[in-house]
Amino acid sequence: MLTYITRRILYSIPVLIVSTFLIFSFVSLAGDPRANMLANPNFSAITYKNLSHRYHLDRPIPIRYGYWVKDVFTNKLGVSLRTSQPIWPDIARTLGHSAQVIFIAELIAMILGIAVGIFSAIRQYSLFDYFFTSVSFLGYAMPTFWLALLLQILFVDIYLKWHVRIFYTAGLNNPGYGTWSLDRLQHIALPVATIAIISFALYSRYMRASMLDVINTDYVRTARAKGLSEWHVVMRHVVRNAMIPILTVAALNFGGVIGGALITESVFTLDGMGYYFVQKLGQLDLYAVMAYLLITAISIIVFNLIADVLYGYLDPRIRYD
Amino acid sequence: MTEPTTPAAPDDDGVLPPVQTIGGTVAAPVGLGDAAYEAGLEVEARSQWSYARRRFLRHRLAMGSLVGLILIFGAGGIANLIAPYAFDQIDLNNVLHGPTTNGQHYFGTDEIGRDYFSRVIYGIRTSETVGLFVAGVSSTIGLIIGAFAGYYGGWLDNALMRLTDLVLTLPALAILLTAAALLGQGSQWRVAVILALFFWTGLARIVRGVFLSLREKEYVEAAKAAGSGDLRIMFRHILPNTLGPVIVNGTLSVAAAILVEAALSFLGFGIKPPTPALGALVVSGQQNPQKWWLTIFPGLTIVLIVLCINFIGDGLRDALDPTQRRIRA
Repeated sequence: MLTYITRRILYSIPVLIVSTFLIFSFVSLAGDPRANMLANPNFSAITYKNLSHRYHLDRPIPIRYGYWVKDVFTNKLGVSLRTSQPIWPDIARTLGHSAQVIFIAELIAMILGIAVGIFSAIRQYSLFDYFFTSVSFLGYAMPTFWLALLLQILFVDIYLKWHVRIFYTAGLNNPGYGTWSLDRLQHIALPVATIAIISFALYSRYMRASMLDVINTDYVRTARAKGLSEWHVVMRHVVRNAMIPILTVAALNFGGVIGGALITESVFTLDGMGYYFVQKLGQLDLYAVMAYLLITAISIIVFNLIADVLYGYLDPRIRYD
Repeated sequence: MTEPTTPAAPDDDGVLPPVQTIGGTVAAPVGLGDAAYEAGLEVEARSQWSYARRRFLRHRLAMGSLVGLILIFGAGGIANLIAPYAFDQIDLNNVLHGPTTNGQHYFGTDEIGRDYFSRVIYGIRTSETVGLFVAGVSSTIGLIIGAFAGYYGGWLDNALMRLTDLVLTLPALAILLTAAALLGQGSQWRVAVILALFFWTGLARIVRGVFLSLREKEYVEAAKAAGSGDLRIMFRHILPNTLGPVIVNGTLSVAAAILVEAALSFLGFGIKPPTPALGALVVSGQQNPQKWWLTIFPGLTIVLIVLCINFIGDGLRDALDPTQRRIRA
């Protein structure tokens, strides 16, 4: 197992290097952050040259990539091209906020999705099953930004009409409130709901299909024939086995959740990583964009690895070597 | 509502599956040339298609969705005929009007008085252009690359697998945003090309898998012995076996492309005005939260389109699955 993990990590390093290099060259080729400067007559040619030199913008792209990699390791992701501020504090702050939202949302979606999936499979073709099948098809078809916007507009209207503040519709928290304060929870409730609804559609659907796969197997029939109670059969024999594929789905969904969080955070102007990325991308801030992509790529790789390891641990038929 | 994705659903009525005969017992469908009769294999393949077609036609939800989608896409296709106004016709006397039949503003007007119904109809046209283009181009690329990688293996296969690894490790939406922000902003065709360049990898992997397993089959060996060239074996003998997943995947990627394009346009990195796009239309709803029609209509249109396509995709998956002989009631 240890060799497997080591090999996977070693293998992901070149993948990471190639992908970051491709994106780096791509972003560098497409947009020159100095374009405004050149157009501005107040900037002298000397300033332009000095700035270009300081940020290595006068060097060829592979060498600039080398400088960037050095910055990542020695200088905590380097400084922003736009503001000359270090990037790391921004990333650390926004990453915390995004992690809070995504973690709560995924937890809710997982618990509800698995519960609904189990019940839909046991009562296949019941009213309950049809209802949640429709819900999950809607969830698949609904653009994240639209769902987020509907929730936002709903609560804006409620506030304007009755002047009750149930949930805030923008921002992270009012000044002076901490990470787990009620005020923060009122702020992140709608982003959490948006991400949770989209993920719930996926989990409940997969759990249901996975349950139906297991429920028709011979060992479930054997368990029933032994005279075990229905509760025991479902919980011990069906659910435990049906849960295994969900883990992989959850890990693979992680990349999607980050994308969804990007849109959701933008709609609710939540100070998370996705919103940070969208803003920096609009400003063509190369190093900030690269920092976001690097962090998310690493977390996707790590989550996929965790899923594979867990899979091997839970399903003894799978052996890694 | 019928049940599209049940794995291993038991046969409802216990009717035995229809027996398929290898040979020319099935009448020739109109439109297929004599070429289809060159070998017995083709006749077998064709009867498979007729079963698939019948299964699809009996899939009520999928057929209903197909009708719905044809209506929506048809409206987009003839937008210039049915839209009561031009999509960019400004009317400052009629700003932010609610939906009314008066003056044919069925979906109301936006912040500079443009007729929202016309804008949504033209937005459908933009979305369907992007969706169909992306699905067509990415399926073609994926099919060709997957076929060559699976059949020949070697460096092409290696390169393909490494490339899909790359795509899988990166957050897809962020990469698309970056690509769109830097090269694709503005016209719908640029956005469509960017999306197509990212969408083909999934299909290439599927096609590669089928080719990898089928290239060792006896009938491929027989074709080789009969003197067929590689290209003929690939595209004439193996390719028809991959068409099921290709069609399902292509259908679903229309929906995926429309959703991604809407998200890009909504965030301001996709299709730019004056071209009306459904995602960009939702932005005016965000700016005027009190005017519900600005958010509801374009968003609901996206949901309807995607819902229809997903149901059609499910119906196709059920119909084209060669292990399933049951004809749905």
